[in-house]
Amino acid sequence: MLTETERREIEHEVQTLGHRRAACVEALKIVQAHRVWVDDEGLRDAAAAVGLTTAEMDNVATFYNGVFRRRIGRHAILVCESVSCFVCGCEKLFEHLKKRLAIDAGQTTADGRFTLVPICCLGCCDRGPAMVIGKDLHTDLTPEKVDLILERYS
Amino acid sequence: MTTTPLTQNIRPGREPLSLKEYEAAGGYQALRKAIKELSPTDVQTMVKDARLLGRGGAGFPTGLKWSFVPMGPDAPRPKYLLCNADEMEPGTFKDRLLIEGDPHQLVEGMIVASYAIQADVAFIFLRAQYDRGAERLRRAIAEAYSAGYLGKNILGTGFCLELQMHESAGRYICGEETALLNSLEGRRAIPRTKPPFPPVVGLWGKPTVVQNVETICNVPHIVNGGVSWYRALSRCEDGGTKIYGVSGKVNRPGAWELPLGGVTVRQLIEERAGGMRDGLKCRGVLPGGASTDFLVEQHFDTPMDFKSVAKAGSRLGTGTMIVLDDQTCPVGMVLNLTHFFATESCGWCTPCREGLPYMENMLRAIEEGRGEERDLAALEEHCRWLGPGMTFCPLAPGAVEPVQSALKYFRDDFERHVREKRCPWR
Amino acid sequence: MATIHVDGKAYQTRDGENLLDACLSVGLNIPYFCWHPVLGSVGACRQCAVKVFKDAEDKRGMIVMSCMTPVKDGMLVSIDDPDARRFRAQIIEWLMLNHPHDCPVCDEGGECHLQDMTAMTGHDYRRTRFPKRTHRNQDLGPFINHEMNRCIQCYRCVRFYRDYAGGRDLDVFGVHDRVYFGRQADGALESEFSGNLVEVCPTGVFTDKTLKQHYTRKWDLQMAPSVCVHCGLGCNTTPGERYGTLRRIVNRYNPEVNRYFLCDRGRFGYEFVNSEHRLRRTLVDNEPVERSEAIRRVADMVKAGKRVIGIGSPRASLESNFALRQLVGPDRFYQGFGEDERRLMAKIVDILRNGPARTPSLADMEKADAVLVLGEDLTNSAPRMALALRQAVRNKPMKEIAAKVGIPEWSDAAARTAIQDAKGPLFIVAPTGGKLDDAAMATLRCAPNDAARVGFAVAHALNEKVPAVEGLGEEQRALVEAIAQALREAKRPLVVSGPSCNSEDVVEAAANVAWALCEQGKPCELSYVAHECNSIGLALLGGGALEEATAAIDAGQVEAVVILENDLRRRVGQDGRGGRSGHGGSGNDSIAFVLLDCLAGEEKRGVYLPAATFAEGDGILINNEGRAQRFVQVFTTDDDIQESWRWLVDVMVACGRSEAAAWRTHDDIVAAIAQSIDVFGPIPRTAPSADYRFAGQRIPREPHRYSGRTAMRAHVNVSEPKPPEDVDAPMTFTMEGAQTKPDAELTPFFWSPGWNSIQALNKFQEEIGGPLRGGSPGVRLIEPRENATVCFFDRIPPAFQTRAGEWLIVPTRHIFGSEELSVLSPAIAELKTRSHVGMRPEDAETLGLKEGDEVRVELAEDQVSLRLQIRPDLPRGCASMPQFLQHLAGLTLPQWAKIKGK
Ligand SMILES: Cc1cc2nc3c(=O)[nH]c(=O)nc-3n(C[C@H](O)[C@H](O)[C@H](O)COP(=O)(O)O)c2cc1C
Ligand code: SF4
Ligand code: FES
Repeated sequence: MLTETERREIEHEVQTLGHRRAACVEALKIVQAHRVWVDDEGLRDAAAAVGLTTAEMDNVATFYNGVFRRRIGRHAILVCESVSCFVCGCEKLFEHLKKRLAIDAGQTTADGRFTLVPICCLGCCDRGPAMVIGKDLHTDLTPEKVDLILERYS
Repeated sequence: MTTTPLTQNIRPGREPLSLKEYEAAGGYQALRKAIKELSPTDVQTMVKDARLLGRGGAGFPTGLKWSFVPMGPDAPRPKYLLCNADEMEPGTFKDRLLIEGDPHQLVEGMIVASYAIQADVAFIFLRAQYDRGAERLRRAIAEAYSAGYLGKNILGTGFCLELQMHESAGRYICGEETALLNSLEGRRAIPRTKPPFPPVVGLWGKPTVVQNVETICNVPHIVNGGVSWYRALSRCEDGGTKIYGVSGKVNRPGAWELPLGGVTVRQLIEERAGGMRDGLKCRGVLPGGASTDFLVEQHFDTPMDFKSVAKAGSRLGTGTMIVLDDQTCPVGMVLNLTHFFATESCGWCTPCREGLPYMENMLRAIEEGRGEERDLAALEEHCRWLGPGMTFCPLAPGAVEPVQSALKYFRDDFERHVREKRCPWR
Repeated sequence: MATIHVDGKAYQTRDGENLLDACLSVGLNIPYFCWHPVLGSVGACRQCAVKVFKDAEDKRGMIVMSCMTPVKDGMLVSIDDPDARRFRAQIIEWLMLNHPHDCPVCDEGGECHLQDMTAMTGHDYRRTRFPKRTHRNQDLGPFINHEMNRCIQCYRCVRFYRDYAGGRDLDVFGVHDRVYFGRQADGALESEFSGNLVEVCPTGVFTDKTLKQHYTRKWDLQMAPSVCVHCGLGCNTTPGERYGTLRRIVNRYNPEVNRYFLCDRGRFGYEFVNSEHRLRRTLVDNEPVERSEAIRRVADMVKAGKRVIGIGSPRASLESNFALRQLVGPDRFYQGFGEDERRLMAKIVDILRNGPARTPSLADMEKADAVLVLGEDLTNSAPRMALALRQAVRNKPMKEIAAKVGIPEWSDAAARTAIQDAKGPLFIVAPTGGKLDDAAMATLRCAPNDAARVGFAVAHALNEKVPAVEGLGEEQRALVEAIAQALREAKRPLVVSGPSCNSEDVVEAAANVAWALCEQGKPCELSYVAHECNSIGLALLGGGALEEATAAIDAGQVEAVVILENDLRRRVGQDGRGGRSGHGGSGNDSIAFVLLDCLAGEEKRGVYLPAATFAEGDGILINNEGRAQRFVQVFTTDDDIQESWRWLVDVMVACGRSEAAAWRTHDDIVAAIAQSIDVFGPIPRTAPSADYRFAGQRIPREPHRYSGRTAMRAHVNVSEPKPPEDVDAPMTFTMEGAQTKPDAELTPFFWSPGWNSIQALNKFQEEIGGPLRGGSPGVRLIEPRENATVCFFDRIPPAFQTRAGEWLIVPTRHIFGSEELSVLSPAIAELKTRSHVGMRPEDAETLGLKEGDEVRVELAEDQVSLRLQIRPDLPRGCASMPQFLQHLAGLTLPQWAKIKGK
């Protein structure tokens, strides 16, 4: 069951977009915003809300990398692994994160706090290496800086 | 008048101009002028005569694109204007600057461009993770609505426009204009068959124009400053300024608005970006983002305009350059790029879906010391068979550009990897 | 017409066609995957690359995808170009990177398009040394086996399933080189057309799960051209046999009928042929006897001058019904329909033969640009027709939207983008909703009377000469206007109706609509559904109703009954009127019974003659269009089985009937029918006669690679027996014979050198998707009467009135369950609809009932206990019950009933 808020938010998107199916990406984002990831039930209910079958909804959901169809931690750490950050040493940074969190790419820490996700260019190539946690962008990263930043997320 | 129209209002590190401030700086004058004094065709003609080429990477003449849109009372309705703010090309960060730095400029550009093609609805398709940009744009759009620049009967002229923002759920291919249409319709972002082209059959099957952020930001200035002023901004036959960027191991990575064609590769690195860091040497650059061919020392005096860069064997692309220094492994770099493109293939056509991962596998093998002589030949073949016309859309042809040029210019490095069975840089 | 030059040779092709289609049409070979003759071009696989040259000067040329390139006059093309060849081989290398190379254990092996294309491109050496990606497979239900690792991502499956057939539970998931084709979660595929995936998929991802239970390679099957026996549409099929059992059915292209696709009942219903319920031996009072003994017994009955009646069957061939009618005499021949259906079918035949509206083929229906469906849930009553109409709704937008912006019809993705959700007019007015509803512009659910009234009103709106309907509601009036306008504006209007409502009014109303247009000189086509494979043939033959037969029995006027391929309990009920005998008799022991059937009955008294199914015999069936089509025996058996008509002829011969003595072969009896009954005059043309020869030889039913024919009987006898001789068709039961392409009617399978998959069909067509070389199988027996003076029906039924505490039970039909033979196939049985009573949610709520509750339905003469199914699609005042499901056989519906909770 969608919560009342989820339902209202999805319906709002449907109204603004004017085409019910067009709201499907928004619907997925709404479910994810409330539940951290899109579980099967959320998928089914969001699909119904925009008039799609679960297959049609998953068809869209599994295409975009911003939709999590597997359970993730409270905070997804999106680390840019694209070319400019590569040149500036993001590989080392990534290794550092893996070691520090004791997880591999795509995995979640044992305490459910972080999931480590490599991501493509974040559009701050002049300030790489870069990463995003939640809505916060962090740039010009070094291993030391990263350690301090992680402290801020519980 | 200014020589940096696009960035004149941008104050690094500070909030962008509010509506009031933007108006005070001469904002929304172009809109008033266009909508009250000019016909849609007038605006189209101005843009055409100004020789504004698309800044999204392909450099297609903007005015020409608009001229394909059916006009007049019998034209299918609604018509759409879409701003392509997907900016996911690695090494590209110019649209972000414009969006975050001066959102009203983009909004005004959207309204004027919509007026020119008589669009009824406009969307800004913003890439995922541009949260700050989203917030600023949202505020600007709301301000524009309340000032009567958007909505019904704009400035009492009877012209109506709804402007909405859509935040992408993330995929590089969303930036391909027809894939973007599918994405906005709530589908997988798979490119569409062309023809028909979007100006004829676009969003929901209706006429649609897709333009890059930077392209759209130019439009108000063309209307304001006039064609000859705009043409005079550049140092080549095409009009306007260009936002150039440099990333990599340079002293001052960043982006600058300069006359189109008014700067060479070398000048950008040396004068703008402050030269290479820590005594490193520049071995080559990708001049316009990840999907352009390497330029090397012999090309560094090429002016950065569409034609000259093409003549040097690459593309101006997005104008944001990535620098390869002499301490970074070129094989590793193209492996990184190929990994990106392979992951971002939409999965529709065979060459891109299967060929890129195969290339990635070979490159990884070479980089990790498992490479074989025959891999180099196979890579070359792949570059040919993933070239223009072989695939469904330009993603794969773009993807092989850095590889094919790296094989040409850094062949020794590849061969050393194979010979020594390791990466010499590790 | 355009002339294109391919590798230096000139060819004539249609202008505007795509280059791939054009090249294949003139017999050239270009490999392809994502393109499909019906699904069109999308340019995804890039396999069909060729080179085109600007002019004679141009030596470099440009590689293009032939499927995406329109043909232009004077075009210079090279298929043979070294670059193009290398690129095509490269595509195969890519497609095979992750392919498991498991052909030896793959069900597709030997008829795999991927194998064919791989061989065609010459790619043979595997260079890659990297690991393959793997996928998990899904359980997709009883019909389809899933093996995703074999996928080459051509997207045909979803394009067929979703875009073409309207299914919404199969889709593509994921991105880049991990795209996955399947369902969101395990579960049976919901589309009634899922079986086509087997043929649409170019490799072994989707294969026939029923075949898997008794797997045989295509080259080891013995095959013959056949016709589906599971509904009245007469789709053409290719059944395949080995070791005496039927192994599978695939589609057999008939350009006028089923074209490329079958429904799942037709494809998977075949296993009844192998059923343990089959009657295989001749029995007298449940004891096996010699065939001659049984024949003698029956002959004695007839000879003794006993009063013998014959009960025919809409699922038996024309020959068998005719032979029975000959045996007992026309006056004692009863059709084997219940009275209602007999009357309806007679009326339908009369309307089609004597009215001005033409009965269209399925292919014609696909071309309609405005359609009214009156009183049918086509997905369940005539499934393949529903698929045809789903395509028809695209015609108008294709012309008005896509063509206007220059998109050719074959550019499938572009056309769909341009058209979006636009639909041409399709209106469905019926008592219950159906799966085709989502393709309709508007639907109305109403009681049969009201459906008829809407029809009458549409006819009146089109033509003043049709009487008006008084007292229509607001909603109905608006709909009537919309329907009338759409039909009026259409170039190829079509009206579809049928017997499913069991209402003559509905059938008449549909005729009125079509005739209203015809009368004004506008060709409107009119199609009626027929429920069984020879309903129309039987109706054309004539004869009394079943009730008349039972009345005669009850009146003691009958001493012996010959029942032909008919389970009378299904038609007249378990008990009561039909009698408990299971023979439809009165239970009177003094009556002798002769039963000809492929299935053993429960009652063992009487003479049982095991009848051939379509697979073991020859015959002609007449479909709803009035098209007579020949099915040819697929295999011989060692049992007593033979065609019913052969049994009956044997009996007649034993009786000393001189005319029958001459009927030794299928040709003989066909000639006799043609001579004695006018309407059947053309039936000898359904297929070449048995003495016809192709290049001086017969046609082999077995592919020339057929293996093991000596070994397969070695446990019986090491010396190979002489193969059975075929007296009925110019074919052999072996692999020897003409290797040329035979006439369309007698093509046992599609194969051509280098083309082992079903796509070999390309080589049998005059042009892709067009007629078969040598014509379309079947002859039409029903044509509209020219210059007919139209006599409109004027008996308008009263509006439906709801009744307090009572519901009008309307009949429903079910693709899996309502048809007698297919439910004996285990796969179909697994999905069959269970007996139930359907009620509107509001009604159920008032009675305090919920889904699944057991309820009592009190009918006029019966009481049944059934599970409740909530059906929001029912009209007010109506409930529903399936017709012909177990327990519910023989009910006369619609009828009023009380419904109570338990
Ligand atoms: C794979 C791919 C990705 C692209 N990504 C972007 C993008 O992120 N932003 C953009 O403006 N154009 C992008 N483009 C180019 C667009 O397809 C299109 O040409 C452009 O938006 C047109 O606008 P313009 O004429 O103003 O440049 C991309 C093209 C391809 C093939
Ligand atoms: S499953 Fe079959 S039909 Fe579907 S894409 Fe794969 S190979 Fe093609
Ligand atoms: S995604 Fe465009 S070529 Fe594959």
